Formats: sequence, structure tokens, C-alpha cells
Amino acid sequence: MAMSANEIESLIRGAVPDARVTIEDLAGDGDHYAATVVSESFRGLSRVRQHQIVYAALSGRVGGELHALALQTSVPESGTPA
Amino acid sequence: MSTPVFERIQTDITENPVFLYMKGNAMFPQCGFSARVVQILSHLGVLFKTANVLEDPELREGIKQFSNWPTVPQLYIKGEFVGGCDIVTEMFQSGELASTLTEKGIPYEAAT
Repeated sequence: MAMSANEIESLIRGAVPDARVTIEDLAGDGDHYAATVVSESFRGLSRVRQHQIVYAALSGRVGGELHALALQTSVPESGTPA
Repeated sequence: MSTPVFERIQTDITENPVFLYMKGNAMFPQCGFSARVVQILSHLGVLFKTANVLEDPELREGIKQFSNWPTVPQLYIKGEFVGGCDIVTEMFQSGELASTLTEKGIPYEAAT
């Protein structure tokens, strides 16, 4: 079952309210997405931890409903308002 | 929580400095994401061992719980979870993966 990009974005924002989320539907099939999530709350956390937070926000859908979510997480560059 | 599969995973990642949980094996990866991690490790010239989760449903579920990570491949270096395909790719491109190997005293021949 596919998910819409909006659905993914709002789930991520639900867990990481300040996140800047960019989502790209890689194959146009609603099943293979690439997401970039930028949040001040990631500062000081390992990449694994940052990804775990996003996966948790998507509560079990990654690897199931969502076959592939290429994920990139980062903190805002200094000087940029979060 | 300790289950037989968790114990097996713990043994694998303790006894092998670089261990990859993947779909298929290093010769015949059965998923593009697993293939990419194999390619990166081979490019770095590091010795690694793999386990094929497709042959073992218990391991396939177990490794997800063990790492609190929903997808495969999963790379462990010196018993520590490094990440999946995206993180490994990012770390390879930034040179971080090579420096992690150096820090942990794992020999590799960087083909640069």
C-alpha cells in the first residue's frame, strides 16, 4: 500500500515539529521516496539516532507499507534560523 | 531482553570486526541497497562477513528489533551499529567510513 508524500511529511512533523522536510517521489509510484529532514533538535545526535527518530515517527511503515525511504538527516547550518 | 536470535547476533558482531546483515550474499546481493553497501566495503578493501536475512526469517525480524532499525542492510563495525545504506553511503562519500575503520584499528586498503 502506497503513502502520499504529504502523509509522510505530516507524520515526520508530528514527531519533529521544527523539521524542514523535503520529499521526493523517486519512482512516481508512491512507494519509493527520498526524504531530507533538517532539524535543530538533531544537533549532537548520531546519524543513527536521527534516523531512528524519523523511523519512529513513521511508526513501522518503513520496510512495510513504504518499501523504500532514502533518508538524509541533518542540522540546520549555523546562521540559518531553525 | 535476550532471545536466542539476539544472542546469535551479539556473537556475530562481537567475533567479526565488520559484519553486514543483508539480502543475499556478497557475491550475489539480492537487493540494490545491500549491493551498494557490499560495493562500498569492497571498494575500501576491508574484510567483512555477511548474514543473509532472506534465508532466515527469525534473523530478519530479530535484527530489526536488535538494532531498532526497520530495514536491511545493516552494518556493524566492532560491535557497534553504524547504519543502513543511506548512512553508510554518506559516510563513505565524506571519508568518515575510512576514518572510522582507522580509528577502530581495522585494516583496509583504500583504493583511492
